[in-house]
Formats: sequence, structure tokens, C-alpha cells
Amino acid sequence: MSAEPRMVEVRRKVLKQNDILAGELRQRFHRAGVCVVSLVSSPGSGKTAFLEKTLSLMRPTHRVAALVGDLATENDADRLRRSQAPVRQIVTGTVCHLEAEMVRKALEGWNLEELDFLFIENVGNLVCPSSYDLGEELRLVLLSVTEGEDKPLKYPTIFNTADVAVITKIDLAAAVEFDWTAALANIQAVRPGMTVLQVSAKTGEGLDRWQRLLESRRTLSA
Amino acid sequence: MHELSIALSLIEAAGEEAEKHGATAVRAVYLRLGPLSGVEKEALLFSYGLASEDTPLRGSQLIIEDSPVMVMCTVCGGRRPIRSLQCFCCAECNTPAMDVVQGRELEVVGLEIDQ
Repeated sequence: MSAEPRMVEVRRKVLKQNDILAGELRQRFHRAGVCVVSLVSSPGSGKTAFLEKTLSLMRPTHRVAALVGDLATENDADRLRRSQAPVRQIVTGTVCHLEAEMVRKALEGWNLEELDFLFIENVGNLVCPSSYDLGEELRLVLLSVTEGEDKPLKYPTIFNTADVAVITKIDLAAAVEFDWTAALANIQAVRPGMTVLQVSAKTGEGLDRWQRLLESRRTLSA
Repeated sequence: MHELSIALSLIEAAGEEAEKHGATAVRAVYLRLGPLSGVEKEALLFSYGLASEDTPLRGSQLIIEDSPVMVMCTVCGGRRPIRSLQCFCCAECNTPAMDVVQGRELEVVGLEIDQ
């Protein structure tokens, strides 16, 4: 044993385990021909309502299923089950985000080959989910008009690492004097070229474009 | 806040690497951290002390090396910094930039060990 400490160079990703698992999941999804879409947002921005609508809308023509993450309760899964689609709740306890291992476990016993779309609703949180790859093909970040236009500037990481932004509750936009110009500019500032959808789960407005986007993805992954 | 769970993963990763190098003690862990990793530097430093207690890395120092966001600018044609995290455009020519080539890092890059 030498008296002097020694510097050694290493190269090791801290979330290597999660990245490996997510990579394996992505391959499994790809082989099974299932398009996997994850949803992230702050609590209360309408992920579950949006997903409820999406499941009902897609179910007549596609085989859809969902996983839903929450710190506690099965409430969201119960809501989503009304669509008749297979749904599983992931209760994370104290963990503020989903990890690839939780997704892998939740999928046990499901035949992915029997699915066209799998939706994964993350825990409501705009910070932590950005660190964990879940093997998804498309990551959606939701922003409701009641939250304010500057959310993208406050949480640039989650917006920059997502593929599509969905502005929700647009039926309330006028009531809260939502500044569309600012909101769209802020999204483009943190993620240039990002696709933005504008929807109301309540009135159904904008869901047709979302449905077309999903169908085009399905064609790509099939 | 998930820095405590990140700190636990970090200690596990650094511990494994230290063992590979036949370390008898770890004095410092060097981590490269990008702002797009989703990990807050101060919170991680704070969590590290707590998470390393009762592990072989107890008492070691965490040294964080920032890895700023870099993009590939289609107009300048090279790796460029961005204006700010609130404005993903080339700091030199202002072109909006989609291609992030650096800034997501969360990786152990070095260890100071006794052998």
C-alpha cells in the first residue's frame, strides 16, 4: 500500500443500470411492434383526463393499454379502467418518478405482442422524470393553460428532453387569459422545432390531431 | 427531489469502480454533471454526505465538474454553447439549435484512491 493517493480515470454512467434496462425494454417494445408513449407533467395538469380520452378514442381501432405511476392510491388506474383498456397502477411509495425497473415489473404477465399502443403516465413531477429513460418511443410533456406560460422556461430540462408538448385544458384558456404567443415562444425557446398540440379533454378539441399523430407513429413502428 | 436516490446510485457505481481498481479507500469521487441530467448540483452534494455514511465511501469528497450544454450548430457548423437554458440557440450566431451534443452527463470520471 502506497502512502500517496492515486488518481484513476473511470468512465461510468451513474444511471447505467436504468439505461441498460431501458434499452432492453425499448428492444422488446420494438420487437413486439408496440408503440410506447410516456406522459410527464406537473401534478394536476390533466394527464389522466387526457389519457382517459386517448384510450377511449383509440380503443375501437387499436389495442391499447396503460401503466400509471403515482406516489399513492389506485385512483388514476380506476379512472382509466373505465375506458375498458387494460390498466396497471404503479404505486411508487416515496419515489417521485418512474424507473425502467418499475415499468419492467409492471409489465410482467402482459403479452406485448397483443398491443398496438402502451401509454405510461409518470408521477406528476416536472423535475425528476427527466433523468430516467423508460424505453419509451415518444415522451410527451403536458402543460395546462391554468399553469402559466412560463413553465417551459422554469423547467427547460423536461421540455428539452421531451418530443411533443401538449397544452391541455384549452377550453379554459380565455377564462385565465392564457397568453398563447408567449407560451408557444417559450416552448420553442427551450426546444426549437418541438411539435405542440393544443387539446381539451373536456370538449374533445384538438384530439383529432393527436390521434393522427399516434397513427402515424404506429405506421412507423409497425 | 430525487438527488438522494441519485447519490445512492452514484455511491454504488463509484464503489464498484474503486473495487475494480483495488482501492483500499476512496478519498474523492469526480463526477461530470450536465444541466440536462435533471440533477441539482447543490442537492446532490448535500445528499452525498448522507448517502455515503455506512458505506466504504464514507468521508470521501464529491467533486463535481460542470458539463455545460453544447449543441451542433447547423449554421456555424460546429459544437457551440447555447445562450442559456431558457434559449436553446447558438451563442455565436443565434440559430435555434435542436441537436444537443453535451449537457446530459451524469457520470463518474475519476477517483482518488489509496491502493
